[in-house]
Amino acid sequence: MAKRTVEVALSTSGLDAEGRPQRTPLLVDEGGRVTTLEPPPAIEPELEGEHMLINIGPQHPATHGVLRLVLELDGETVVRCIPHVGYLHCGFEKIGEYRQYNQIIPWTDREDYLNSPGNNIAFALGAERLFGVEITPRCTVLRVIAMELSRIMSHLVWLGTTCIDIGAFTPFLWSFQERERIYTLLEQWIGARLTTTLTRVGGMAADIPDGWMDGLRDFIRTFPKTIAEVDRMVTRNGIWVGRTIGIGAMGPEEAVNAGLSGPMLRASGVAYDVRKDFPYLDYETYDFDVPVGTQGDVYDRFLVRMEELRQSVRILEQAVARLPDGPLNVDDARLILPPKTKATSEMESMIHHFKQVMEGPRPPIGETYVAVESPKGEKGYYFVSDGTPKPVRWRIRPPSYVNLSAIPKLVEGHLLSDVIAINASIDIVMGEIDR
Amino acid sequence: MGLTTQPERRQVTVSPGQGEGWITTRLDFLVNWGRANSLWPMPFGTACCAIEFMATAASKYDLARFGMERMSFSPRQADVLICAGRVPFKLAPVLRRIWQQMLQPKWAISMGACASSGGMFDNYAVVQGIDTIIPVDVYVPGCPPRPEGLIYGIMMLQEKVKRERLSDERLRDEMEPDPQSHLYIPPSAIDELSEPFGNSVHQTRSGL
Amino acid sequence: MNPSADRLRERFPQAFVRAEVVWGETTVFVQPGAVLDVVRYLHDDEAERYDYLSDVTAVEYRDLELPLQVVWHLRSLPHRRFLRLKAELPKGAPLVVPSVFPIYAGADWLERECYDMFGIRFDGHPDLRRILMWEQYQEGYPLRKDFPLRGRFSRSEQLRQALAAQPESRYSMHELTIADAFEDLPQDMRQRLARGERTGE
Ligand code: SF4
Repeated sequence: MAKRTVEVALSTSGLDAEGRPQRTPLLVDEGGRVTTLEPPPAIEPELEGEHMLINIGPQHPATHGVLRLVLELDGETVVRCIPHVGYLHCGFEKIGEYRQYNQIIPWTDREDYLNSPGNNIAFALGAERLFGVEITPRCTVLRVIAMELSRIMSHLVWLGTTCIDIGAFTPFLWSFQERERIYTLLEQWIGARLTTTLTRVGGMAADIPDGWMDGLRDFIRTFPKTIAEVDRMVTRNGIWVGRTIGIGAMGPEEAVNAGLSGPMLRASGVAYDVRKDFPYLDYETYDFDVPVGTQGDVYDRFLVRMEELRQSVRILEQAVARLPDGPLNVDDARLILPPKTKATSEMESMIHHFKQVMEGPRPPIGETYVAVESPKGEKGYYFVSDGTPKPVRWRIRPPSYVNLSAIPKLVEGHLLSDVIAINASIDIVMGEIDR
Repeated sequence: MGLTTQPERRQVTVSPGQGEGWITTRLDFLVNWGRANSLWPMPFGTACCAIEFMATAASKYDLARFGMERMSFSPRQADVLICAGRVPFKLAPVLRRIWQQMLQPKWAISMGACASSGGMFDNYAVVQGIDTIIPVDVYVPGCPPRPEGLIYGIMMLQEKVKRERLSDERLRDEMEPDPQSHLYIPPSAIDELSEPFGNSVHQTRSGL
Repeated sequence: MNPSADRLRERFPQAFVRAEVVWGETTVFVQPGAVLDVVRYLHDDEAERYDYLSDVTAVEYRDLELPLQVVWHLRSLPHRRFLRLKAELPKGAPLVVPSVFPIYAGADWLERECYDMFGIRFDGHPDLRRILMWEQYQEGYPLRKDFPLRGRFSRSEQLRQALAAQPESRYSMHELTIADAFEDLPQDMRQRLARGERTGE
């Protein structure tokens, strides 16, 4: 595949008699001069001529999964990038049509697997709106806690892998240490480390165990130290700054038009955060800031995510302080399984149990789209119900899928090594992109 | 790899206690000891299990204790393929190619329910077990397996490596399925055999 | 109800079919042919400013008589509004809707996915080809209701087809022309290229 051409940039618009694509330059300016795509100023300007096709992935450590990028290079400058996805397409949405609502929740874990509790909650919120139930105050606050913990978890993986990509190994170890602490908390709560299946429609799978809050407080107290350490290590580090500033920039209008969301969009200077703009789980009552960048480059995305880590800690503090007592699940025998002791001793509970397990709760006919702010951006679940216990359509709006679709624009004109940095800054997770 | 014929080969008789001397067994021991304690993994991480694999490699579980901290992202320098995560059909030829690119001696660990059996993804897109594509030495159950589970799988693989004999040539044979062999079962027959169980394609109704 | 619905009714009396509110979300049904105009109005008009395209997808009901629906989820970031736009495509007729890619760059992959999963063609999309499944995928459009959960072919046939595809064949012809590998291409590929076929995965 490592063949070379000597033309400038190629397009397949014209074909000659033999069917061979004509080599026409892509950009011809008014004077008829041929230009390559604008090279960024810092790079050797006139390195035109040798074009080369290079393939990255699907098995490559720096693509964060099974992404495949085909790059057309002029020297070391990327002229064009053609991404290929779908190597992890597992048919989530199809499976959802064959499962009851509560049964789908395990699949939401595995779709954006860095952020499992957040997905469970997003799914439950959507299903609850479809069923028309209001969750209890205690459940709301617990969900906020889980949501922010999972944001921290996801950003930590992003931090670790990005640092590896750009050449720093230590933050990876630090961030996985912190992740282990969250794993431990989640394990005490729900019994699983990564694939939590934390929620049920109308409530949670379990209440937090005794003394769990102490562990969380401990985490909240010590976690900012780790952030500060990473901050000290990379934020003003010469290598880091040199490799990220001015790389992969995108302006606000373009970013909105391309459908970017989450830290990607906010780094470009658009303060769109679903938690603020279309609040759910009472996020409007929490006091937190939405960090916004100015340049929209890799460095800004890094800063935005680092600040989001701190803001998540702030939200966690407030949530811990306000956690009310009271029931956890809604009092609705249609939705919530009765306690096991009752189910085996009381006739009515047993019938409810049987109905729910064998048949599943039936939502009314309708549809709803619920979006939450996942660590990657606007994560939406769209349900269509025809009154049967299984959804007609369960659609995942994948934020990193849309974010990734902008990568050809982001990498154009940058060096090959910057492609890795840009790709890392998008914070993709292939499970969600390919579903 | 049962469904294959044996090619013509030079006979090597391996009978413990007879033809093998003290030197050979000691040499086996030495070589296997070296191999087992410096398995270079080739992490073929696709999905959630890869995150647990990363956790295993990170500081708390510290894969370096097994001589495995040197991740070999190039298949040509790897000893053990750790397939962590689900493998859809679109990825199947890639996995097969990576396995073919690895040099002997090589082993494979299938990490997680998806890699071992398709797991909860019994649908149109996912390969029902990577052992339909490549030979697997150790299956690690779990969804995802805990790091301890993966480490246990690695230790089992080390056990296996330590019992290999250098003089056994058949260990390292790579053969393609041979339709001439009487052991060969055509795909249609396999489908028929597996029909009443999990592998049928006859689930069409999504309602109720 | 979202005020945009009434304005759409006034402005596009021909294209407007109906509007409904479910769980606080407004859905406007429009004629498929008019989607591009409606979306352009929604994007450009000062009072609407739906500048953010959340999602493009489709719904097929279990009742196979019902038409397929294409769904656009639009957001207005300045006005903090959310609108669901739907167009119904009757079964039997070709499944075609206009692409909104000229207005939203973000529609690119979303429409490609919709095409891949449902077989709905988006007229005006510059590069409509399969994205999640591979180009030679034979079994159809997975999210259609007549597509069985486990695919149409048997497991061993699926695996055989998947393994028969060499990873190298996953270069699209478009990419191969960049690489100047044209001389090395097999004859039939050259012919397909000569016919101007533009294929990918
Ligand atoms: S076994 Fe479970 S955790 Fe592992 S890849 Fe499959 S779904 Fe994910």
